Amino acid sequence: MNSETKKVITDPLFNNNPIALQILGVCSALAVTSKLAPSLVMCLALTSVLACSNVVVSVIRNHIPSSIRIIVQMIIISSLVIIVDQLLKAFLFEISKQLSVFVGLIITNCIVLGRAEAYAMKNSPGMSFLDGIGNGLGYSLILILVGSTRELFGSGTLLGYQILPLVTDGGWFTPVGLMLVPPGAFFIVGLLIWGLRTWKVEQVENPEYQIRHVHRLEDA
Amino acid sequence: MKGLRRLMDRLNPLFAKGGKYEKYYALFEMIDGFFYSLPDVNQSAPHVRDGSDLKRVMMFVVVGLIPCTFMGMYNTGLQANAAMASLGIEAAAGWRGGVLDGLGIGYDPANIWACTWHGFLYFFPIYVVSVGVAGIWEVVFAAIRNHEINEGALVTTMLFALIVPATTPLWQVALGITFGIVLGKEVFGGTGKNFLNPALTGRAFLYFSFPAEHSGDAVWTAVDGFSGATALGLAAEGGVSAIQDGGITWMQSFFGTIQGSLGETSAFACLLGAIFIVYTGVASWRIIAGVFLGVIATSTLFNLIGSEANPMFAVPWYWHLVLGGLAFGMIFMATDPVSAAMTDAGRWIFGILIGLMTVLIRVSNPAFPEGIMLAILFANIFAPLIDYAVVQVHIAKRSRHLARQSN
Repeated sequence: MNSETKKVITDPLFNNNPIALQILGVCSALAVTSKLAPSLVMCLALTSVLACSNVVVSVIRNHIPSSIRIIVQMIIISSLVIIVDQLLKAFLFEISKQLSVFVGLIITNCIVLGRAEAYAMKNSPGMSFLDGIGNGLGYSLILILVGSTRELFGSGTLLGYQILPLVTDGGWFTPVGLMLVPPGAFFIVGLLIWGLRTWKVEQVENPEYQIRHVHRLEDA
Repeated sequence: MKGLRRLMDRLNPLFAKGGKYEKYYALFEMIDGFFYSLPDVNQSAPHVRDGSDLKRVMMFVVVGLIPCTFMGMYNTGLQANAAMASLGIEAAAGWRGGVLDGLGIGYDPANIWACTWHGFLYFFPIYVVSVGVAGIWEVVFAAIRNHEINEGALVTTMLFALIVPATTPLWQVALGITFGIVLGKEVFGGTGKNFLNPALTGRAFLYFSFPAEHSGDAVWTAVDGFSGATALGLAAEGGVSAIQDGGITWMQSFFGTIQGSLGETSAFACLLGAIFIVYTGVASWRIIAGVFLGVIATSTLFNLIGSEANPMFAVPWYWHLVLGGLAFGMIFMATDPVSAAMTDAGRWIFGILIGLMTVLIRVSNPAFPEGIMLAILFANIFAPLIDYAVVQVHIAKRSRHLARQSN
């Protein structure tokens, strides 16, 4: 694997994460992550749609008239989403019900359209496929972290197995209700971004304006 | 005291820039500032009237909270002792019973001293835990961010201890204050840069995380096996008549000898505190008056509309003011100078918005009996927008005036 391919796959994990740095696809990250299992299925669904749409868009990229390219991309993406949605309904009906509209909403997920527009329109099908996989992994990383934190602290389970014994069953753990509502995911995503930007300082945005220094210590 | 000064001066080089414990300068500075006045005073523009600094402002709020603290301790003990008397329980369970028996204080609900002690044994652990945990976070962030530890945390912890139920487990207190200090304040850069009230942020976290223990319809008396409803819970079920059937008069509600969170039941104690912090100029009277007006207007409106199904519609404004945490929130939370609106006109709007939202949530939201917490957090978010609008209107007015003059 040469360095270019490696970069395409690994960059979206930490250096250019679609959720944490580009702040795209946050809606589904908040909505489906109250349990780990639906989060995993969502990751799989999004990654496959993203990789396939990137390949298809890339293959016909030289034949798409520029003025209607968004419409063409949307048609490709929505066809793929319908296939994924039908597959989920056929084989994972329970989880498909939990994901409800959010599988369908992959069509409007900015990550998919963004990669098609920004990468697949300019690169070969092979590289576009890898870019789709890479961005799917970046999305999955955040969703799995958020999903496992929320399920662990919100219900004391992981993938349905009881990890922390609940007070109601004679254990010691009181579930944190905030984890089960979407704002809980918002806080976790925020904390993840905070952690990531402390680690990779170059991701910190420039302040819009600087408040005048009041403490002599702040100058130091 | 000379010796202490000499000791601090001798230690100073160790903590100064380049010293061995440079990282812990904030800690040194806190202790130094606690015993002596701060070595540096504000020199820039907005502090023209007197040498008031953040330290004094925050201490004044703490002083203003003293009546509420004592009233809260007394009431917590009173409720517990009264419940014990009615249930026929001889002694309090656990270590509190041990302390009360050891000191020979007893459990007489008519004895002010006994009640205050009993309540103190509930208030004190909650307060110590919140100060301890908040202190650790303050030191950690002061060391990382390289700023000073200030008295803001003292007010936050005091407020926080007074607005949680007396029966809150201590680990929940620690979790709540952590959330309030770190996510309500420090992520935005510390005291003065927080757009939400940190104590309320922590309370909101507990409210949504552990709704069974915090949402305020069940009773918070510190005795096992006692069940009932808070005055607000009663009002939600049957209006004012249900409160009065529960044996609670308006005067009791005003003086705060009713069920509720630790220190927020007494509108009278809040009023005493209000007189002090308004007189010293720490709190804005415009915000308090705004909330007052908002509550009166909104509840009167609901009275006029009326409702067959919802008895809260008929609750008059003077009951709204003494129930739940409205008085406490209006006086100590809404007036937080950092998270409230800054312009005079903005403060009126800010206050009225809080009053309106509080009554609206109380009356029309079946899930939450109390609305002041959410109303203040809601208005906090709008405060910068309100200020922006007020300033823009002012600019537009001035430029119209200028245009007329030059014609």
